[in-house]
Amino acid sequence: MTALLIALGGFLGAIARYVLSTWMNQKSTTGFPIGTLCVNLVGSFLLGILVGNGMTSGVYSFLGVGFMGAFTTFSTFKLENIHLHEKKMHTVLFPYLAFSYIGGIVLAFIGMLAGAL
Amino acid sequence: MTYLLVGIGGILGSLLRYYLGVFTHSWWAYSFPLGTLITNLMGCFILGWFTYRMIKMNVFPSAVLAGIGTGFVGSFTTFSTFSVETVTLIKNDTSLLAFLYVALSLFGGLLMSWSGYRVGDRSANKLKKKGEQLL
Repeated sequence: MTALLIALGGFLGAIARYVLSTWMNQKSTTGFPIGTLCVNLVGSFLLGILVGNGMTSGVYSFLGVGFMGAFTTFSTFKLENIHLHEKKMHTVLFPYLAFSYIGGIVLAFIGMLAGAL
Repeated sequence: MTYLLVGIGGILGSLLRYYLGVFTHSWWAYSFPLGTLITNLMGCFILGWFTYRMIKMNVFPSAVLAGIGTGFVGSFTTFSTFSVETVTLIKNDTSLLAFLYVALSLFGGLLMSWSGYRVGDRSANKLKKKGEQLL
């Protein structure tokens, strides 16, 4: 049952990320990967709420491990870092790194506080 | 079609991430989130390698590439769990571990992504040369 819930969440999370990040990255004129940044920040916040709330195992498997796990991504984020470095776009690379790490951790923290209310 | 393949990739990537986490948990009893770190670093190398190798090879349709790269590897790695685990480490008064976790993810991820890209680029070039020699 756990595997089924994770699979369903992963299916939906991956498609949601694909749709949202492709659409937003296309809109970006500066080469800033705004789509990936958005899914990672939103996902960190929402997972924070789930964890802060102490969600039960079934819901957590589906929404937490499956959906949020697949909705956010680390590998694409890092590959984009390398692309930006290769293109010598360091004025985009450094803010991208800073927004992702600081933003992700701060939003997860706020999410956990909000979830515990 | 692309959506379906990305979704199927998402199923496989999520399940693999989950089972790798369970497996890591069976022998790693410390609070440091080793499972997520291993998953994320592995995924960085695989995506770097896959992307450059496949771009040069130019044999698979873009829907298949999106299914494997964006769907499978993208869902295998995760950023939300990384963020929440970092906050949990800080909350539990293990800020040093949190700092180590962020540093290893940040620099380790860049290194693995870059290595994957170099290996993929080189092996693709070799294959191309072989093909030209055969002609």
